[in-house]
Amino acid sequence: MAGAKFLKFDTQSLHAGQKPDPATGARAVPIHLTSSYVFSDVDQAAALFNLERPGHIYSRISNPTVAVLEERLATLEGGVGAVCTASGQAALTLAIMTLMGAGGHIVASSSIYGGSRNLLAYTLPRFGITTTFVHPRDLDGIRAAIRPETRLVFGEVLGNPGLEVLDVAKVAAIAHEAGVPLLIDSTFTTPYLCRPFEHGADLVMHSCTKWLSGHGTAIGGVVIDGGRFDWEASGSFPTLTKPYAGYHGIDFAEEFGPAAFIARARAEGLRDFGACMSPMNAFQILQGVETLPLRMKCHIHNARKIVCFLEGELTAETGAVAWVSYPELVDHPDHALASRLLPHGAGSIISFGIRPGAQGSGREAGRRFIESLTLFSHLANVGDAKSLVIHPASTTHAQLDAEALAAAGVGEDMIRLSIGLEDCDDLIDDLKQALRAATKG
Amino acid sequence: MQLTVKGNPVFVHTGGREIDPARPAVVLIHGAGMDHSVWSLQSRYLAHHGRSVLAVDLPGHGRSGGEPLGSIAAIADWVVALLDAAGLERAALIGHSMGALVALEAAARHAGRVEAVALLGVAERMPVHPDLLAAAHAGESSAIEMVIGWGHGPRGHGGAQGGGCPTPGLALIPGGRRLMASVRPGVLGVDLAACNDYGQGADAAAAVACPALFLLGALDRMTPAKAGRSLAARVKTSQVVVLPQTGHMVMTEAPDAVLDALTSFLSLRRG
Repeated sequence: MAGAKFLKFDTQSLHAGQKPDPATGARAVPIHLTSSYVFSDVDQAAALFNLERPGHIYSRISNPTVAVLEERLATLEGGVGAVCTASGQAALTLAIMTLMGAGGHIVASSSIYGGSRNLLAYTLPRFGITTTFVHPRDLDGIRAAIRPETRLVFGEVLGNPGLEVLDVAKVAAIAHEAGVPLLIDSTFTTPYLCRPFEHGADLVMHSCTKWLSGHGTAIGGVVIDGGRFDWEASGSFPTLTKPYAGYHGIDFAEEFGPAAFIARARAEGLRDFGACMSPMNAFQILQGVETLPLRMKCHIHNARKIVCFLEGELTAETGAVAWVSYPELVDHPDHALASRLLPHGAGSIISFGIRPGAQGSGREAGRRFIESLTLFSHLANVGDAKSLVIHPASTTHAQLDAEALAAAGVGEDMIRLSIGLEDCDDLIDDLKQALRAATKG
Repeated sequence: MQLTVKGNPVFVHTGGREIDPARPAVVLIHGAGMDHSVWSLQSRYLAHHGRSVLAVDLPGHGRSGGEPLGSIAAIADWVVALLDAAGLERAALIGHSMGALVALEAAARHAGRVEAVALLGVAERMPVHPDLLAAAHAGESSAIEMVIGWGHGPRGHGGAQGGGCPTPGLALIPGGRRLMASVRPGVLGVDLAACNDYGQGADAAAAVACPALFLLGALDRMTPAKAGRSLAARVKTSQVVVLPQTGHMVMTEAPDAVLDALTSFLSLRRG
């Protein structure tokens, strides 16, 4: 018997979730800029509202353009379904709010995006949800931090900005021993480099603003349900296993089986909190996803060449580079893990430290370096087609005190590069001249 | 809702409404290696359109206890035992794939208990390739891949002409894969063997006295629509609806069309 055939990743990047528009034949995904949808009759309206028929009611809850992106991203990750949100932060918030209420507890990697850290450390405690941060390499610490009220373990495949690699399979096993799901922020790796569900994760989120888009024009996020976590067996998630008065006593696990989480996230989280994605943004992000495989190949190619250049500067006697961090380097603490988890490449973020100049500090050298760059853009984003640079200690992680900065692996001399798709020789020329400018007396 | 059938606990999803003996009942019977959640939209719709709904997890499946039953005839008799346990004299039976064979056989063996049958993705014979049977018996994931891969049409597989799950934000193939992966080891092999061994489809169809609706996927590669039509021709009172762009997973690939056909067939009205 012939084995079953499924379309491959590159093909799904272009086609998943879409067919030519039945009304016009349009090949591109139409932008459905409409708030609402005409019901065919009263019974159809009632059936839509009661989750008896599939379809769209109001674009805060679902929209045909956004639905294409949701299905495409779910397919690329291997998840049962997805909900797109107004931003990556909205995706994280939606996932948390779907799983727990006041009294809930999260165990999170200490090396995560500064905005996520702020949400967990300072904002959610106001709503009764607390977080214990643990270094992503401290597996025993993660296990020890899980309490009876823990409802989520959260981490990033590649730590931000320290580039620690999370052992997704081992952390998933630790979470599952305690009956808790693992949510992975996979923004830095995209499904092209890593599919966390294949390593045991239960939920995946992205900031779609980054590599999934590539063009830096649209803010958006997504949370994707792997469909494998047994909410019923865990017994700790009444939002998914007990009747919900908001939909006439619906029990999401009983009703939707593997899609329980994502069904509740949409039916409650999008409906009530309202952080939906705009159809225009979904369209723009879809344009990026279509070329994701091609762009990721080029991102990785360029990143590897620039790591080689920085390594050369590191070893040169007059070099301006104090250290370089990239998981493919053999001296990176997670090199072996990265080789297994990220065989197609360890992303396009590179961290390095600038050697202080003759009269300056690391921070001053960093300032001069960034201000001397002409091709890299100094801004608070990553994953653009254009190359980007930032000094995390004074920007994305500025709200952290010295101790938290150290725990997050952020030194004052750290520069974070997001390598884009320009000709690599041009990027290296720009880095060379800026390093010279930063370290001259 | 939990029932006890032949000494084993059985889970029945009732579509968001309790069973009411005053309402005509409908039993939804899933296919091989699946459970009640394949009917998530249909079960709610039927329950809110005048029917008492029993979307059952067959023995050994989903939340039900016991071992999977090894033959279509045994499952057909078990469905009637389920009606007894629920205190129901008669019910319409809606089945998919293996569940459709069960509904067909139950209608033939227990005519007085079956009001009507709706058969989705069905054929007189459902021979299972030895490679698939062997993989299923061995618990290999390739068995799930074959069922999911061959079972879905273009709304599941996507491609230049056909992508797009009807339910916003869901992905049919990963969803089906996860559902089947959650079924206990060995169950899929028993189910597929029951399908493979069933040879009474023609006789059962000839014995069916109640109205029968055949809902067939035009692109079904497991039970081709042609085979479904020829089975329907053997039933005295049958109607056939062939759903375009639809594979074997009729109720998840084309839920609206399935509901439209059921509404007409069962004279459903909201209430």
